[in-house]
Amino acid sequence: MTKSSVKKDKPAKKSKKNIILSAKNVDVFYGSKQAINNVSFEIPENRITALIGPSGCGKSTFLRCFNRMNDSIDNCKVTGDIRFAGQDIYDPAVDVVALRARIGMVFQKANPFPKSIFDNVAYGPRIHGLASSKEHLEEIVVSSLKRAGLFDEVADRLHEGGTGLSGGQQQRLCIARAIAVDPQVILMDEPCSSLDPIATAVIEDLMESMKENYTIVIVTHSMQQAARISQRTAFFHLGDLVEFGKTRDIFTNPKQTRTQNYISGRTG
Amino acid sequence: MPEHSLTSSAQLKARHGRETRFRWMGRIAILLSLGFLVFMFVAIGMRGSSAFSQTRILLQINFDEQILDPQAKRDPAQLALANYKPLITKALKQLFPEVTKRRDQRRLGRLLSNGAAFELADMAAKDPQLIGTTRDIWLTASADVDMLIKGKVDLGVEENLRRLKDTELSWIRKLQDNGHIKKKFNSAFFTKGDSREPEMSGIFGAMVGSFFSLLVCFVIAFPMGVLTAIYLEEFAKKSFITNIIEVNINNLAAVPSIVFGLLGLSIFLGVMNLPRSTPLVGGLVLALMTLPTIIIASRAALRSVPNTLREAALGLGASKVQTTFHHTVPAAMPGMLTGAVIGMAGALGETAPLLMIGMVAFIVDVPQGITDIATSLPVQIFLWADSPEKGFVERTSAAILVLLAFLIAMNLTAVILRKKFEKKW
Repeated sequence: MTKSSVKKDKPAKKSKKNIILSAKNVDVFYGSKQAINNVSFEIPENRITALIGPSGCGKSTFLRCFNRMNDSIDNCKVTGDIRFAGQDIYDPAVDVVALRARIGMVFQKANPFPKSIFDNVAYGPRIHGLASSKEHLEEIVVSSLKRAGLFDEVADRLHEGGTGLSGGQQQRLCIARAIAVDPQVILMDEPCSSLDPIATAVIEDLMESMKENYTIVIVTHSMQQAARISQRTAFFHLGDLVEFGKTRDIFTNPKQTRTQNYISGRTG
Repeated sequence: MPEHSLTSSAQLKARHGRETRFRWMGRIAILLSLGFLVFMFVAIGMRGSSAFSQTRILLQINFDEQILDPQAKRDPAQLALANYKPLITKALKQLFPEVTKRRDQRRLGRLLSNGAAFELADMAAKDPQLIGTTRDIWLTASADVDMLIKGKVDLGVEENLRRLKDTELSWIRKLQDNGHIKKKFNSAFFTKGDSREPEMSGIFGAMVGSFFSLLVCFVIAFPMGVLTAIYLEEFAKKSFITNIIEVNINNLAAVPSIVFGLLGLSIFLGVMNLPRSTPLVGGLVLALMTLPTIIIASRAALRSVPNTLREAALGLGASKVQTTFHHTVPAAMPGMLTGAVIGMAGALGETAPLLMIGMVAFIVDVPQGITDIATSLPVQIFLWADSPEKGFVERTSAAILVLLAFLIAMNLTAVILRKKFEKKW
């Protein structure tokens, strides 16, 4: 306990003050099977960082380390050093509830609660006690829905079920729900994989406008999507981080042959 | 002939034949099982339906103040204890002036149930104004008369082998001709407890006993079962110990009910000295039995809640308990309730463990609470099925009908609950 707190007190690299998430020598095991091999990289603030790679390469597993969603998987073990704003998130003193309030998540399959649209968005503020009054709560809900670009479509049916919305609307409802807790980082795990191109475009525009206020880390299957929206791209293959850098560089001038092959469509 | 024939070929015919045969086998299986069910219902219904009516005899009763209340106090408690037999004897004398012999008069009185006098006592106690007046009253006939009117007595048998002799038959015929004997709805069957006289016995005491037992059973087994399931499914880490617990819950569900009865006998009665023959102990034993069923059903219900729902809540920073009780449990509730109701329906039909803890006693009074001695519906059926009197045969079937009605009602409740609380994903 004391040792780890001493370790934590070491000054984080202040020179790169816009690094919000960092991973150093991270390994992830499912039982005896290693899913992530010694991955290290840094994610800049207020940027969109894309994690790409073929299925089963470990990009989702890695994403879920940042808000410790892997904790709920019984035989999953994470080692290494993962820091959020300089704090070791696997420190025993860190409360995972507080961490997840700072780092929100949007999942592959839109998963609104079987409740009204209002209650879906209001749930986070309610459990964290963010709203001081009923009016304040309504304000949070409305502004979150507006930021997620959904308010105009659902303004007249806030108290109808959230599961009655279309797939794209449901996914934006989930984004609004994540925003309502006022996180700094939003992790997105293939948020558009079950949406049609039009709904996908709406969400991509939304992400573009969101990056002013939030850091977005997105796992995506679609290389075009990564190229369109992200500033940084990390390419994963078989649990290794093969290459990480500016999106422009990765897509136009990849240094590794594995990246080159994947991007040009020769493998993966 | 084209190369790829789109019409029938030998191979296609064989494939379709296989499908047709399979369909017919399925239909036959369904028909057979339905047939057995219908046969059972019809057989029980035919035997039992006659118990829902009861033969009654119309008598002109004079509530004679001299006999019932010589001091004219009109005290209901005293009125309930007075002797009403003479009133019936008098009324019968009026109807049958030609019957003069003492012995015949007594036989005449036996056309009515032993309980008829108590019916009059109840009426007078409820309404003391009746004293001194004369009323036409339908009184319960004896079981022998009842069986005769319902056509269940073979009159071809020699007179000295019959319970009703020719003279009695002639009296009954006279009553019939005057319209003084009639089958009426048997409300006593649904309002009274057990009795030695079939015509006076009812199912209500057993129904109330069953109700109290199930109440105790539900209050104990449902929260315990659901909490166990929630802990095992949502909180406990999979380990050697949880595996052992899981296997043993399944084992418990398969333990014969009589073993639970013996366990209840030795622990609840022997060690804890709880009152014997009561719904309290019955409910405890039934709770032990129902617990594994509820746990297994609740765990299945929790497992069927999609994991994306838990992730959604956890991802927002909800704690494990908040995730479980705000989202997972409400989503699993219909399944849990269905499991509980089906478990309770099983407990309703359970007999063997209740025999072990003494709920098999002959109990006339309707129980007022969970610590009153009581019996239950299936045990009452068992008791009546054991009785030699003809009147109890139809009552056994009628009680089975009542039990089946309750079981169907409970299973229907389960379906309705599931439909009502079910949420779409």
